[in-house]
Amino acid sequence: MASRTHGKEDIAIVAVAQTPSYRAFEETEPLLLLTLTNEILKATGLERNDVDFTIAGSCDYLSGLPFAFVSNVDGFGAWPPVYESHLEMDGAWALFEAYVRLQMGDIDTALVAGSGKSSPGRPREIFALQSNPYYLAPLGFDPISLAGMQANALIDSGKATEEDFARVVSRSRRDGLSNPYAQVAKDVSPEALLKEPYYAQPLRKHDLPPISDGASMLLLARGDRARELSDNPVWITGIDHRMESSHPGLRDLTESTSTRIAAEKLGLDGGAFDVAELMVSYSPEEIVLKNALGLTDSVRINPSGGPLCGHPVMATGLARVCEAARLIQRGEAGRALAHASSGGALQQNLLCTLQASAS
Amino acid sequence: MERCAVVGLGQTKYSKRHEITVDGLVRWAAKNALEDAGLEWKDLDAIVIGKAPDALEGIMMPELSLADALGSIGKPIHRVHTAGSVGASTAISAATLIESGMYDTVLTLGYEKQSDGNATWALGGGRSGSQGAGGSFAPWIRKYIAKSGAPPEVGIKVAVKDRLNALRNPNAHLHLYDIDEKKVKESPMLWDPIHFLESCPSSDGAAAMVLTNEKGAKKAPKKPAWVIAHAKRTEFTQFPGRDTVKPQAGVDCAEALYKKAGITNPRKQIDCAELYVPFSWYEPMWLEGHLIAPENEGWKMTLEGATAIGGDFPVNMSGGVLSSNPIGASGMIRCLEAANQVRGTAGEYQVDGARVALGHAYGGAANYFAMWIVSSEKDPKF
Repeated sequence: MASRTHGKEDIAIVAVAQTPSYRAFEETEPLLLLTLTNEILKATGLERNDVDFTIAGSCDYLSGLPFAFVSNVDGFGAWPPVYESHLEMDGAWALFEAYVRLQMGDIDTALVAGSGKSSPGRPREIFALQSNPYYLAPLGFDPISLAGMQANALIDSGKATEEDFARVVSRSRRDGLSNPYAQVAKDVSPEALLKEPYYAQPLRKHDLPPISDGASMLLLARGDRARELSDNPVWITGIDHRMESSHPGLRDLTESTSTRIAAEKLGLDGGAFDVAELMVSYSPEEIVLKNALGLTDSVRINPSGGPLCGHPVMATGLARVCEAARLIQRGEAGRALAHASSGGALQQNLLCTLQASAS
Repeated sequence: MERCAVVGLGQTKYSKRHEITVDGLVRWAAKNALEDAGLEWKDLDAIVIGKAPDALEGIMMPELSLADALGSIGKPIHRVHTAGSVGASTAISAATLIESGMYDTVLTLGYEKQSDGNATWALGGGRSGSQGAGGSFAPWIRKYIAKSGAPPEVGIKVAVKDRLNALRNPNAHLHLYDIDEKKVKESPMLWDPIHFLESCPSSDGAAAMVLTNEKGAKKAPKKPAWVIAHAKRTEFTQFPGRDTVKPQAGVDCAEALYKKAGITNPRKQIDCAELYVPFSWYEPMWLEGHLIAPENEGWKMTLEGATAIGGDFPVNMSGGVLSSNPIGASGMIRCLEAANQVRGTAGEYQVDGARVALGHAYGGAANYFAMWIVSSEKDPKF
């Protein structure tokens, strides 16, 4: 029994594209994807048929239409027929499968997408259906309630205070001001945030992500093909993801054991990154993740503002990879860590390490 | 590239399983697969699951709530969804985990618990007044009949053959002991020309496989089935000029598959196939659509008995989708039963000396295809 976080083949991100995070995008989800497909093809000079493999992440439940993902095919093109797959997960897991697929060494490029429109539905009702269908879902046990429990557990254990949560929000929302994809951004002090009323005690509305529509996409390429397609490919040095129990009572909500396992598999040294783009959907999660990853204060967390500034569900995790890769492309970071999460209170976590050189 | 071997197969009984939870259903199949492989939960490096829309059971992103039942705590698990083809896509996704060299032993599982919801509603895209899947496919079946000149009894013969095969398979949902052509013909006409008894049932159930690499296969207690090739293709659901009877994606998928496997004459070189046939007429349609029979001649194979057990190209020996259709598992079952044949463990529905077998699934508006070929030999020569 063994698993590895890096295969024999060197794989790089050669292009990234994101839509802004919209409160309500008036057009369809395929259109979000089509815009990005065209952007990626233009950036790399590729024709659609030049891409060997395509894999997307999305969720039927957001639009309330079983098989909603089928129409998304219109957004990334499928004529002549394409070699393609789909995960009912955040696009970050599509990235995982694409990375693994490229390790087989017989194909060179993979288009990876994540997309979601939360605006047409009622997220609190929908996301409660992720919990145990017999014991928890009937109670309306949604991720916001769970985030509130996590926040309380952090406070009760002395690991964090409401001031800590406010500081995460203040910094994130301020950083969002310089991110063209951000949906909510503001220069606001922790003190001002703490004056706001509670929403799910001890969380205030700003401790939650906004409701968003959006998509993110990237193109992966293998070895020399990556060097041909980009002057500054961003190399994936490792990827791993891990799951935790679905029963919140069996978990220590102040910890992220799955993140710790993934970090250990990747051999992470928490101080060795310039930047970490973390999927902090609720402000207390940053404290849990920073601790699990052993990130030192020298690591800049979420310069994009993170999901607290825009949370296009199913694209949010892949957007973290896009944001981290863009910083490396621009030479603003040498090594970066990207994180994605799924389920309530960080039940499932994915880590991906990126750097400017292949080894 | 690392080689992938199927070393464990596990299934539940397919029927309306009101007595068991979704957790219980998936655990049952997974446990059977592990026992068949002589392995324990701790031996698994990753889990890959697949199922059709979450709305069928009302459980969103079920890898989260099934994390414990699937033994995935502290491990990687991901979930595939490619409509009806999902079971086969999931098996292929899991095979790539092995072939990449990144994971040594992987559990892959597909399931559906249709009795928990309203499948016809969900299959109509969640809209009211759905015509159901049969309503979508019937016009294309009529087009096939008109184009190929197939006589009307072809579909009826497939329906009887697959139900007779199912009588040999204890896991099959439908055990219709008195099935005959007359009964099929006299059953209600649902979507002309599809009679009630030419349609798949709505089933609950799960199917699981343990996949491993060459090293793992050497340690396996039973004979492995080697994954020789796999392919997936997708096309748009609709566009002017689309061939809905023989979609290009299905042709491309088969061509890519045979090329990888080194197969030049699929009818001769493949010993048997489990094809995704939810409505009887799709047997001849996929025989042509995947280049096993010449165009407009697939129905002749059915009429001649070539596709029956004992024929030269048996199809759906297990009873197929026409006898059990837990949608998210159905494609996985096709891949699993192909492996079952080449391992020589298919019992009453074993094809004598099966060396190379095809597992196939399609989905959506017949615009998703996923196929694999397995063999008793690691490098079969053709």
